[in-house]
Amino acid sequence: MNQDPELLRRLLRAKDTMDAASHDDWPVRQLARVSGVSEAHFARSFKDAFGIPPHRYLLTRRIERAVALLRETDLAITDIAFQTGWNSLGTFGRTFRDVTGASPGAIRAREQAGPSEMATVPACFLRAADRPDLTIAVSEKRRQKTRRTLGPEATEVP
Amino acid sequence: MSQGVEVVGVYVRDQDEALAFYVEKIGFCVHTDVRNGAYRWLTVQHPDQPSFQLGLFKPGPPVLDATTAQAALELVAKGAMPPLVLVVDDCHATHAQLRARGVEFTQEPVKRFGSVDAGFRDPSGNGWKLIQVRQTQRQH
Repeated sequence: MNQDPELLRRLLRAKDTMDAASHDDWPVRQLARVSGVSEAHFARSFKDAFGIPPHRYLLTRRIERAVALLRETDLAITDIAFQTGWNSLGTFGRTFRDVTGASPGAIRAREQAGPSEMATVPACFLRAADRPDLTIAVSEKRRQKTRRTLGPEATEVP
Repeated sequence: MSQGVEVVGVYVRDQDEALAFYVEKIGFCVHTDVRNGAYRWLTVQHPDQPSFQLGLFKPGPPVLDATTAQAALELVAKGAMPPLVLVVDDCHATHAQLRARGVEFTQEPVKRFGSVDAGFRDPSGNGWKLIQVRQTQRQH
């Protein structure tokens, strides 16, 4: 998929903008303005460029940040949920489990018990390694999980 | 030191634009700027680091065919190139200084693990982290 580097550079600006404040909601209108693209074309152009729709990308950054806060701070999980952009603890916990496969509490226990030999890697790069690789929508991931637990379609691999 | 890494290059979309950015905004100096036809070997360096040069190379013929060059520029513009790190004594001060010169910051200074880091991009899309030297460097 060939895209004009000038357009890509402007789409990157929208991605950087989400990175800088992933707790914000970032309506398409605002992101499109950052990129100088029409609202109608923004989501498609972004996905063509980065392989993931803009709001799913935002979700990966929120989860990445939540994992970092779970590991590096003693903040209550409720505080982490609100700081990373969720309006309810329930939605945060459910989405977090759907994406990472474990609850925030379990991830915190695992991360804090782990060895810290990565201490010589700059923290910002280290964090990026924790970003979930969300190749499908969370809703689809959820449907697949439900299907698996239901039985007959369990062998179906997309 | 007579052995070691001397030049590492980044791809840029326009060498004049990159030269202006790295010299006038970031404060590097020109080390080499020579042309051979359409080809231009351009390197800059940090004023405190005379043994290292940062190459500012424009991908294109005759080194790369036009399609490959285009693909390289797309990767740079998407921010897909590897991390670059600039170490400074005072991240907040450098951030304020560079921002006043119009550098595009992608991350404001953040304090973590006894250091402070910020992020910026060059006009082409290469991403830099601006990391403050730790007060007490880790003992190995």
